[in-house]
Amino acid sequence: MAARTRYAPDRGLTVRMTATMFLLGLVFVVFVGLVIGIMTAAHASAASIILVAVIFGGGSAFISLFYSDKIALAAAGARIVSPQEAPSLHGIVDRLCALADMDKPRVAIAPTQMPNAFATGRNSKNSVLCVTQGMLQREFLTQEELEGVLAHELSHVAHKDVQVMTYASLLAIVAGLLVRFAFYSEIFGGGRRGGGNNGQAALLIPLIMLASAVVYAISFLLIRLLSRYRELAADRSGALLTQNPSALMSALTKVSQGMNRIPTQDLRSAETLNAFYFAPAMKLTRGGGGGGGTSLSALFSTHPSLDKRIEQLTKIQRELGQVGPDPRGLR
Amino acid sequence: MGFLDTLFGRTKPVQPKLDDLFGLPSAAVQLEAATGFKPTGSGSVSFRAPEGKPFADIQKEVLELLDMDNGKPGGGLPVEVTKDTYGYTWLVSNHMSDEMDALVTDLHAVNSALVDGGFGPQLLCTLVAFRDDSQRRLSLVYLYKRGTFYPFAPLGGNNRDNTLELQVKGVLGDDLRMEQDLTRWFPVWGAPGL
Repeated sequence: MAARTRYAPDRGLTVRMTATMFLLGLVFVVFVGLVIGIMTAAHASAASIILVAVIFGGGSAFISLFYSDKIALAAAGARIVSPQEAPSLHGIVDRLCALADMDKPRVAIAPTQMPNAFATGRNSKNSVLCVTQGMLQREFLTQEELEGVLAHELSHVAHKDVQVMTYASLLAIVAGLLVRFAFYSEIFGGGRRGGGNNGQAALLIPLIMLASAVVYAISFLLIRLLSRYRELAADRSGALLTQNPSALMSALTKVSQGMNRIPTQDLRSAETLNAFYFAPAMKLTRGGGGGGGTSLSALFSTHPSLDKRIEQLTKIQRELGQVGPDPRGLR
Repeated sequence: MGFLDTLFGRTKPVQPKLDDLFGLPSAAVQLEAATGFKPTGSGSVSFRAPEGKPFADIQKEVLELLDMDNGKPGGGLPVEVTKDTYGYTWLVSNHMSDEMDALVTDLHAVNSALVDGGFGPQLLCTLVAFRDDSQRRLSLVYLYKRGTFYPFAPLGGNNRDNTLELQVKGVLGDDLRMEQDLTRWFPVWGAPGL
């Protein structure tokens, strides 16, 4: 279909995301190769540790994928609301879903004063879009700004971000478990091992531990990087859906500022949900002091900095203001 | 969405389907024969106006185009522009109740002008209003992205007459492509032209 479109795809973002995913895949392949190598060289105890870690890690990842909506709703203390209870919120979501031609997610409200929103669920049929009470206050966000936020969250659903991030973090979960298991088996399993294998095993277990720790660290950073790219992608799709990047920009600014005003006690309970949120509720305090602090916290954070997000939206704003369709956007 | 789009977090803007709108005149005849609902002659197009000047220019062109044949037979009244509380713009075209063809032509003119300008993904829905002898209100809503129709019958307050809606779905099933997924029948309370 050669329909006329006004959107040039963001190739840079696609390239960066591909590179990140390629590196994650590479780490995965190297790790699997290492594990197979260790398993062929090793005896039962190392192999069984690895097997147990894979089963536990995989199992917990799939449970969290399948119950992501219920887990997130319970953690946020949110409640599904009917169209009668929140007519205007449902009205916005209805219209955005009709514009984007997607299934309507369930809509929930969390009784938190901190303004934020998240979407979760493994596919569009099972997804939930949740906003906090603080987000719905009329004096805080205008209708247009709220719509921008909801479009961002709906884009996460459309991009299947919960699935993508679960698969991406599978490796990190397994590697993290391996470190722990290897550590415990070192402490508790040492006495039970039979004579001939003893020297070999004493060498192998720390080896697994070391490899897993390195893999965990690398994949952790890559996952955070991927998460930031997914946020930018959702910002972009959300802005293109509402055709109103300015409203999303001002919502982002307001939400980030609102976050800083609120005492930290409230925020602590939000930590587990951080990756799904519209703007991060937790700030890394470790790197706050020194000069290298900002770049360090940027490396670890699940969300891109406000400046980055605003910069991207400004670019979209310029594209929309251009007279006539951009010829590069013709496909 | 394709696999690659999911992988890269892209959404392609969805292009509207316009052709099914032309089934409306014959469906209106069928509707009147089966339920007694007559077209009121008004219909509206709802879209999301993007920020920036290019769109404002196109909207002005469309209005001029539609108002050109005012006063001529079948030309109808001037087109009204309203913005609803959700930030969507509605162009309302008013005709006589027996001028269904002219109304559909008007609506199609708006659609194709927007699509030609590259604003197709901004189209939300089109709405054609009907009324029966006891002044019950009914409208047929056309979802551009799905290419399907669904009935919307508002009652007082925020209630809708589901019995009537399902009856209409049954009556028009052969004439129009009705939306089978009931969760997509979103209400348009207080829509202009209803």
